[in-house]
Amino acid sequence: MPSATLLGQALISGVLAGGMYGLLALGLSLSWGLLRLVNLSHFALAFLAAYLTYELGTTYHVAPWWSAAMVVPAMFLIGLAQHWLFDRFKVNELASLLITFSFAVILEVAIQLYWTADYRRFETPYSTLSIKAGPFYIPVLELTLCLVAGVLAWGTWQWLRKTYVGKALRASAEDADIAAAYGVDYRKLAYLISGMGAAYAGIAGTFIALIATLAPAQIWTWLGVVFAVVIIGRLGNPLGALAAGMLVGASESIAMAVLSPAWAPVVSFSMLIAILLWDPEWL
Amino acid sequence: MNAARDLPKVVAGLAIVALALLPTAGLPAFYDSFVYLVFFWVSLSTSWALLSGFAGYFSLGHAAFFGVGMYTTATLTTKAGVPFLLTIPAAAALSALLGVGVGAVVFRLRRLRGELFALLTLAVTFVIGTIILNTPIDGGGGVFMSAVPLPHLMPTPTGTIYILGFAICVLTLVTAWWVAHSRLGMGLFAIHDDEDVAEAKGVPTFRYKLLAFALSAGIAGAVGGIHAMYVGFLTVAGTFELTVPLYVVLMSVLGGSRHWLGPAVGATAITTLLYAFISGGEAMIGRAIVGLILIVAILWLPDGVIPAIQHWAKKRRPQPAKAQAEVVPVVPATVRPIGERHILEVRAVTKRFGGLQALAGVDLDVREGEIFGLVGPNGSGKTTLINVISGHYPLSSGTVAVDGVSIGSLAAHEIARRGVARTYQIPRPFANMSVLDNVALAATFGGPVRAQREIRDEARHWIGFTGLGSKEEALPAELNLHERKFLELARALAAKPKLLLLDEVLSGLNPAEIDNAIRLVRAIRGQGATIVFVEHLMRAVVELSDRIAVLNEGKLFALGAPRDVMRDPRVVSIYLGKAYAA
Repeated sequence: MPSATLLGQALISGVLAGGMYGLLALGLSLSWGLLRLVNLSHFALAFLAAYLTYELGTTYHVAPWWSAAMVVPAMFLIGLAQHWLFDRFKVNELASLLITFSFAVILEVAIQLYWTADYRRFETPYSTLSIKAGPFYIPVLELTLCLVAGVLAWGTWQWLRKTYVGKALRASAEDADIAAAYGVDYRKLAYLISGMGAAYAGIAGTFIALIATLAPAQIWTWLGVVFAVVIIGRLGNPLGALAAGMLVGASESIAMAVLSPAWAPVVSFSMLIAILLWDPEWL
Repeated sequence: MNAARDLPKVVAGLAIVALALLPTAGLPAFYDSFVYLVFFWVSLSTSWALLSGFAGYFSLGHAAFFGVGMYTTATLTTKAGVPFLLTIPAAAALSALLGVGVGAVVFRLRRLRGELFALLTLAVTFVIGTIILNTPIDGGGGVFMSAVPLPHLMPTPTGTIYILGFAICVLTLVTAWWVAHSRLGMGLFAIHDDEDVAEAKGVPTFRYKLLAFALSAGIAGAVGGIHAMYVGFLTVAGTFELTVPLYVVLMSVLGGSRHWLGPAVGATAITTLLYAFISGGEAMIGRAIVGLILIVAILWLPDGVIPAIQHWAKKRRPQPAKAQAEVVPVVPATVRPIGERHILEVRAVTKRFGGLQALAGVDLDVREGEIFGLVGPNGSGKTTLINVISGHYPLSSGTVAVDGVSIGSLAAHEIARRGVARTYQIPRPFANMSVLDNVALAATFGGPVRAQREIRDEARHWIGFTGLGSKEEALPAELNLHERKFLELARALAAKPKLLLLDEVLSGLNPAEIDNAIRLVRAIRGQGATIVFVEHLMRAVVELSDRIAVLNEGKLFALGAPRDVMRDPRVVSIYLGKAYAA
């Protein structure tokens, strides 16, 4: 059994790593829960954003926040374009899964052709910064990521709960026809949500560029875990997605510390299976 | 001798012989290896379609079953020294067992939606992969198969693997053909379209899904066992990966996953395409092009290539003027007397949904041969009672007996087999089946076991009986509401029910159609069925019923001859309010 300090540090790193799961889950949860579209290309978009941030940062020496100011709106536009295709062909849930998988493959190939399959690392002065709290170290980048994810999740949640647009969206997710009969322009709102989902992928991508080592095949590494997070956090619930992300991150990290790193994948999927079998009312 | 009809058989036979002899032709090993890969993907995608294409439960976990097969063979050959060929049945059995195990848990979930099934099976893949990685089965270093002796089925080792891959491929296609043309396949197609209705028509949905899962996983396991030898070196990362299930889905969807040959067409096309790019040194471009093809195919050919060709061929061929089934005169020859025997006995039945008491202790007896009207205000529990009798909802308490046998605890398909048929207020036909297939399914699973030919004749009889004779080959989407309601009736009749439950068959029909329907209901009784019907239209209730029961707030409120009950001031008051009752 590892020491208390080690476990505490594992818990902190787990929660912080879970912030990334949550941030990636946010956009997916929105489009799946509110539009009934399963977007596998979400991860590819995030990596495209990460590579763009890397390119802007290393070749043109643009600061990450300025890159984000350019990349995130571009992602929003890509989200709109994607949704145009779904809207034009009245794509259903399963077809959306297959189409976005193909998108992801095409993006992966495009990234590999431009940036090659080599590992890329965007070195910034922030990557080694950390705060010392008692015996624990808290990396600044990961902490920022969690704060940003928290603000986005909370803001989106409030927006869905409080504003007319949010209520209209939730009504449409329940029954689009009835909502339309009450004057909800579902199609316009759907474009908005798709754009937002892609923009969130862009924000996640900025952090991926700063935190992770980039390689085209990495697109697929988070797919399973993040889908588990989306379901555990309940579809269409931004706060749930973030909370589930941190829960899964923490559990994985503890499992790695107590058992061995190779056991980590079992954690999230066992949680997913358990929760689906338990089938609580709130799911 | 019909040369045109025998041609495909002759071609298929020649192709099988030619492909089986390919390794003896002395071609470079490259050809054996490439064609083996085609067999591999054809087998894998066809096995996937047995459950996921036919029954519509999209699995993303095919790598789990395939991987379990691979590691079964690897472990048995390298660690236990079992001869390679003997490990293949073991691989199939273990994978099938895993499939049944997963299915037995997952198919019991109350709210299992399609995409949840997909992700659950994907999760199972990763869990099994991780377990194998962390236990001595793999241990993280991978497993080498090079020391395992290969039997000399063919002159070369690649030829031997080729011929095994070919054998499993033929076996898989034969299985798929057989399932598609069997009772099992018929049930699976119905589950794909509307599982609740399939169950109510007598399809043992749970058992069929498990069976399909076992077949699908078992074949994948056998394919994996052979593939372990082809690969020669197994790693967890290379086995339990995402691309296997996704390629399998892609190939099946491209070719047409509801057709037994569809996945084979898709798999051949994509494998050839990918191989062409890989051998040309452009593997990445190949992947992107496959992705592009999938997008285009799903948007423009959502059902796949084979169904699209079939549809096109059907349109081109002028329909021969078919001799229509004779429409039976819709007048019963003799009205059978109402018996004294009770065909349906409902005792103290309650049904609760959370805090809502939908049925609060209902007692009813329905006599053999009678038409029994069930009326009451909205929310009084009429449809719930139908749903409880037909087994759609389990009882909260009480007993229901049909023909003296208690059915309260039986599954809906068993109740259907005991001679209870029902219709739905909003018609729920199987959307991808023709009118004839819809009715034939009900006849197959509702009635006694008999030959398909006889079933088709019966189905045509009932289609004619309900006046749909000219629409046999039409899909339900091509019918209007009136015709769909009559299709509901034809499906119910084809099951030869002792007890027929009709849920608002008249709602939404115009006066002429209503008269038509009333005549039809009388004719159905003339055939010997007892009818319980829920209806709001009082003219029809009074005209048709021998007795009526009024439900109010989940309780039996009044019972008796139609005219007496409808004049009862208490009954008038619950419909129109107290002021009118005076």
